[in-house]
Amino acid sequence: MSEILVLVEHVDGEVKKVTLELLTLAKSLGSPSAVWAGPGLSDAATAKLTEYGADKVYNASAREIVDYVVAPKAELLAQLVSSAAPAAVLVAATAEGKEIAGRLAVKTDSGVITDAVGLGDGFVADQSIFGGGVNVKSKVAKGTPIVAVRPNSTAPVAAAGAGAVEEVAVALSDAARAAKVVDRVKQEKGARPELTEAAIVVSGGRGVGSAENFSVIEGLADALGAAVGASRAATDAGWYPHQFQVGQTGKTVSPQLYVAAGISGAIQHRAGMQTAKTIVAINKDPEAPIFELADYGVVGDLHQVVPQLTEEVNKRK
Amino acid sequence: MNIVVCVKQVPDTATERKLRSDDKTLDRDAVDGVVNELDEYAVEEALKLKEAHGGEVTVLTMGPGKATETIRKALAMGADKAVHLTDDALRGSDALSTSYAMAQALKKIGFDLVILGSESTDARTGVLPAMLAERLGAPQLTLANKVDVEGSSITIQRLTDYGYDKVEATLPAVVSVVEKINEPRYPSFKGIMAAKKKPVETLGVADISADAGQVGLGAAWSEVVDFAAAPPRAAGTIVKDEGDGGAKAADFLASKKFI
Ligand SMILES: Cc1cc2nc3c(=O)[nH]c(=O)nc-3n(C[C@H](O)[C@H](O)[C@H](O)COP(=O)(O)OP(=O)(O)OC[C@H]3O[C@@H](n4cnc5c(N)ncnc54)[C@H](O)[C@@H]3O)c2cc1C
Ligand SMILES: Nc1ncnc2c1ncn2[C@@H]1O[C@H](COP(=O)(O)O)[C@@H](O)[C@H]1O
Repeated sequence: MSEILVLVEHVDGEVKKVTLELLTLAKSLGSPSAVWAGPGLSDAATAKLTEYGADKVYNASAREIVDYVVAPKAELLAQLVSSAAPAAVLVAATAEGKEIAGRLAVKTDSGVITDAVGLGDGFVADQSIFGGGVNVKSKVAKGTPIVAVRPNSTAPVAAAGAGAVEEVAVALSDAARAAKVVDRVKQEKGARPELTEAAIVVSGGRGVGSAENFSVIEGLADALGAAVGASRAATDAGWYPHQFQVGQTGKTVSPQLYVAAGISGAIQHRAGMQTAKTIVAINKDPEAPIFELADYGVVGDLHQVVPQLTEEVNKRK
Repeated sequence: MNIVVCVKQVPDTATERKLRSDDKTLDRDAVDGVVNELDEYAVEEALKLKEAHGGEVTVLTMGPGKATETIRKALAMGADKAVHLTDDALRGSDALSTSYAMAQALKKIGFDLVILGSESTDARTGVLPAMLAERLGAPQLTLANKVDVEGSSITIQRLTDYGYDKVEATLPAVVSVVEKINEPRYPSFKGIMAAKKKPVETLGVADISADAGQVGLGAAWSEVVDFAAAPPRAAGTIVKDEGDGGAKAADFLASKKFI
């Protein structure tokens, strides 16, 4: 069966959920090979990758790979594309994943598809464009298909692979060593899941009213094990940090469940959340456009509705 | 310092955007063009660096004739001159072709620093800055929310999921900026008047020593096979809060097995 490379996303030695999703997708189309970039591949991580279908695990453990911005990972993948001649390369459609895909495409003279929300036979990808208004099917016409797939596009399914580990040495070019990471600053993050990866996102907008009131949104998020998001009106007002902005000029999320509280549903906000599987809206204005998208909507004051919902969720857990 | 800032004209997101039925490319004639919002942050950052270190800011736009409106806006903000890369042969270019043509133009213009927005609101691929760095063999300093230049060294803060990375490199370099790196200025009346007299050079495929076989729709590395308007979402259930709205929403979440 044809080999499909999957670039592993990992933090602190742990495989991220999106990688398991990509392995599941790759397994439905061929034989997945996980590519671990940088130090830290543990037996536990190998076991996890194998459990979700990796027939091979390429281990490129050189420290250098993570010491420079993006370029070394693209060189590693390009090297594997030429040695293994895979049928396709899958990466997560995160900001960095897309950059890796872009450089790899140039290096291998291959087409690239970004933000796929599905992938089928012949590597035909589904994309949702123009703020969710148009669905597109697209495919790579030249070279090795390189596809950046959005987190939450598939549910990860365990299906054991052969899991053969193969060590990979990479010889980095000088160009790949041009942008050096000299410091990594971790900002307090708490226990909440990553916004773009979370299965559930609870977002607040202008209706939340103040920075303090975002505790109402956080309360529901924590009850559901969700990430917190915000509309631009809320981040512009300084109520919530900008990195949590959902929308056209913020993050794109595609969770199983998106809860929008006090958000009107402007096209630029929709652009970042419209591919959510289930949408719940809470807004006091029955005419708010967000209700056009909602699978379930409550017309009411979020300061009443959200705390009650949080209490109910905690009660029923 | 010689700074080139890449500015794209995109359809206004407030209008209805369409793909053309004949060749499945974005219908740019049907909609109003505006400056890609993130590129205003790129222009602002270029102007600030110029103010601090001296030099010149050149706007580079690839796009059809009407993209001159976008160029004028960037010039009105304070950029010194512009290069408009425009050629019928470029129409329908995908990310690979666009990066190829823009890299060729940048080699011709010359630069110490190229600054881009991190993403366009139409294509939304966010790959162009990385592709340009690859093609130009220049350091990739992307997703910056802070840029500092000192002599020939440049440092940025690159936004990450966990906070930021501090990244160092030597000029020439390719930078992309995220929103909130600065507050883009509004063009002043004086700026708007002055922009009318600033030089705009027009370049075609032949002027940038580009291989015409590498650009345009025919050369595209990826293709749209099919497209359709997204089916309207099935109408949801909307209830009015009568003091039990939260509990009802919880019932819904339970029915969907979220709790
Ligand atoms: C180029 C461009 C890019 C943009 N990018 C983004 C982006 O990335 N993300 C983004 O979100 N926006 C973006 N915007 C802004 C977007 O157009 C909207 O202005 C923004 O999304 C509005 O945020 P909001 O829904 O929170 O606020 P509003 O539109 O003001 O809506 C607030 C809602 O809260 C409701 N409300 C008020 N009080 C309560 C209460 N007590 N209980 C319940 N409901 C209440 C109101 O009925 C209203 O519907 C962009 C705009 C432009 C032009
Ligand atoms: N045709 C173009 N002309 C000038 N700049 C562009 C063009 N296309 C993309 N860019 C730049 O590249 C950035 C990323 O765009 P994209 O990769 O299309 O999401 C934009 O913010 C612009 O700065």
